[in-house]
Amino acid sequence: MAKLHVELVSPEREIWAGEADMVVAKTIEGEMGIMPGHAPVLGLLVDGSVVRIKPADESETISAMVSGGFFSVASDEVSVLAEYAELGGEIDLEAARAEYERVSGLEGEEAAVAQRRARARLRAAGQEI
Amino acid sequence: MGAQLRTIRRRIATTRSMAKITRAQELIASSRIVKAQQRVRESGPYARQITRAISALVSHNVGVGHPLLTERSDSKRAAVLIITSDRGFAGGYNANVIREAEGLMTMLREQGKEPVPYIVGRKGVGWYRFREREFAEEWTGFSDNPRFENAEAIGRTLVREFEKPADEGGVAEIHVVYTEFVSMLTQTAQVRRLLPLEIEESEQAPEEQTQGVLPAYEFEPSAEAVLDALLPNYIESRIWHMLLQAAASEHAQRRRAMKSATDNANDVIENLTRVANQARQAEITQEISEIVGGANALAESSAGSE
Repeated sequence: MAKLHVELVSPEREIWAGEADMVVAKTIEGEMGIMPGHAPVLGLLVDGSVVRIKPADESETISAMVSGGFFSVASDEVSVLAEYAELGGEIDLEAARAEYERVSGLEGEEAAVAQRRARARLRAAGQEI
Repeated sequence: MGAQLRTIRRRIATTRSMAKITRAQELIASSRIVKAQQRVRESGPYARQITRAISALVSHNVGVGHPLLTERSDSKRAAVLIITSDRGFAGGYNANVIREAEGLMTMLREQGKEPVPYIVGRKGVGWYRFREREFAEEWTGFSDNPRFENAEAIGRTLVREFEKPADEGGVAEIHVVYTEFVSMLTQTAQVRRLLPLEIEESEQAPEEQTQGVLPAYEFEPSAEAVLDALLPNYIESRIWHMLLQAAASEHAQRRRAMKSATDNANDVIENLTRVANQARQAEITQEISEIVGGANALAESSAGSE
């Protein structure tokens, strides 16, 4: 079966690149699963969402927290361009939880984004909330 | 020890400690160039992808009429972003950028436009303050090691200025003056127009020709929304790229300036050592001739008394 070639990049560096079976990303209109043979798409990522990549070598699913950016799919090449991204494995769980506690009481538009980001960070780190 | 010899020795000691400092600066700069170049490389994939996406959008003709892509005729103001360094000791780095910027602003004035400077780096800010010239905004403290937030802040400010209506001081064009890192030996000051984007240019991007026709993308949620979100990101990514290039150039130029300073100091030390040796030799010769002269005088006087 064909594989997807995935690149997860932020402006500062390439965060993850490799072969994958499936990529799940969240656009404004909902979550989207991308498998090999998908039609070309250019979509906006939700600020503060989780991108999941299922690597082709059957290893554990990679989750990353992303804030802002977009992804493009074309001829089995998936590029996720996040303005800011963090791999689940690199997230400091305690700091993320403290941040979540801090912002969860706030109100307003900026706080909503901060809450979404904090939640996405925890979810990317494998926590259920 | 003679007075002359002492002063020369002191000068040698001073020059030597100065050479140590410049040598250390040179080594620091060399180690940072590698890092800076690596960061330029790491920013490559993102820049490439976003350029591709913009080309794809524009080739679908969704960009026609988008404010960030259209020439504005209502405002005469043109923003000029000047990227200088925070610290000196970098040879002609800042002078070159500022000269290039002055040239650009003269050209804009000749075209009947009103340039508005935006400055990155303490040296540029200092240059403007000293001459009591006005500038719109400054960003300092990151020129040798920029972070993406810096590029984001600059990009947001510029895009906001561009989107403002003319009577509120909106600008019609955005130019950037920065130093491009061509190679370890060559860095040149460059002028680029950031906004409005030139559509023709992106369609003829060499990359695109090699990759053939761009795929017919579907857009989520809509082409317009994607373009709206993407263009500011693209601007930020361009500014980020320029900041990184400028940082790499700064280190390269500092390394070269410090290397020639160290070489010069070593030359001075060598010359001064020669002069010192000569002075010492002269002193010794004089002492010997004094002793011999004294001994002769003694011998003669005692011979006379016998």
